[in-house]
Amino acid sequence: MNYVTLGWIDLAIAASLIFIHGVASILFHLGIGRQLVISATRMCLQLGITGLVLRFVFSQNNPLWLLVLGTFMVMFAGYEAASRQQNRFTGKWTFSIAASSIGLAASIILLLALMVIVKPEPWYTPRYALPFFGMLLGNAMTGVALGLDTLTRTVKSERLAIETKLALGHTFNDAMRQTVRSALRTGLMPTINAMAATGLVSLPGMMTGQILAGTKPVEAVKYQILITFLIAATTAAAVIMAVLIARYRLSDNRQRLRLDRFVVKQDKTRG
Amino acid sequence: MLNVSELTTRNLGPLSFTAEKGTCVAITGPSGSGKTLILRSIADLDQSSGDISLDNKNRFDCTGPQWRSMVRYLAPEAGFWNERIRDHFPDNFDLSGPLEQLGLPPEASHWEISRLSSGERQRVALIRGLMDNPCLILADEPTSALDHDSTILVEKLLADQIASGSIVILVSHDRDLTDRLATRQLQISQNQLIEVHT
Repeated sequence: MNYVTLGWIDLAIAASLIFIHGVASILFHLGIGRQLVISATRMCLQLGITGLVLRFVFSQNNPLWLLVLGTFMVMFAGYEAASRQQNRFTGKWTFSIAASSIGLAASIILLLALMVIVKPEPWYTPRYALPFFGMLLGNAMTGVALGLDTLTRTVKSERLAIETKLALGHTFNDAMRQTVRSALRTGLMPTINAMAATGLVSLPGMMTGQILAGTKPVEAVKYQILITFLIAATTAAAVIMAVLIARYRLSDNRQRLRLDRFVVKQDKTRG
Repeated sequence: MLNVSELTTRNLGPLSFTAEKGTCVAITGPSGSGKTLILRSIADLDQSSGDISLDNKNRFDCTGPQWRSMVRYLAPEAGFWNERIRDHFPDNFDLSGPLEQLGLPPEASHWEISRLSSGERQRVALIRGLMDNPCLILADEPTSALDHDSTILVEKLLADQIASGSIVILVSHDRDLTDRLATRQLQISQNQLIEVHT
């Protein structure tokens, strides 16, 4: 692989460009200076730590470390998806639903990709496994966050219609059909839209990276197509799983609608 | 016959009462005393404990949906999920008769839900709730959005149901309506249902 390695001076020059942000902040009194410094520092620190962790895991080539890191990534994806929810279930259910569906879907697709399709030697080679897993998790996380949020918002706004159906003797699944459909649609749309725009509006990050690292463009494109399909499959599986588990949680053994299982939000109006 | 025994709702109970076929029992009490919760609990839409049985069939012997197809809760404000009135009824159901009975023209079946008045919604919901002749009707403020004339029509409809053997549990702020329809009146008082003699 032939690529130009970056020196610390090169990074310093790039970092100084953030000066443009600072000038904008001062000129237009945006008051984002503090936030800017924090965000930029966070970016450097987080990436730096990630780099060190990856160097360590790559050097060990031990599947156990992969498992540890993978678990950590799943937890974070679940936490992030849960934090994007307006309505949360009580008792960590939202986090558990998100983490388990994202983690399970991404793990199955990752195993398929590594053991059946790409087949690196050994199959758990971190250089393949970790970037793949990260991309699958990130996209599934977005889908699950959207799907769950739509489900819980719609179930609240359509409470009257759903309860009327229940009162008329419909089963819970029947009463929830329209709500579940719109949640699934919202969760799956970003992946489908992204596929349509890929290569025209934006060059995907992974492909760009491979090209920069010296991969031939057509080979990079092949990888991109592979990962895009893997992402689509993971997102679909994760969104369906998350929405169906959440639907289950919204009801009980008498097929009632159980909105009391949401955390009651604190009144935000002050004094 | 409806048999409610030791029913405990979120804020009331244990309550016990029975209602014979072809009768109407009115439940009265101040706002917020839990009348709606009693009706919703009998329909098993809210959590409650205690035995409820209809014609010796216990609610826990059948699934929630099976129970609710016999025990019909009619909410004061009903939900709709399709665009037009017609879309909320089975294709083979003839709407014109029931619509006329409640003072609505036959062409109303094609009206859009979003353009209905609250009184029209309430009457359409009543037709929908009674079309499969449920054995037990839990009517929660069935005339709250209606004018005098429509109230008379709804009263007639409920009276017909009672005459044909249904049990009606009625919650209403309309004294005249409860006085005319109810065979018995129960009042919520200090967590209990007290028989009111009129």
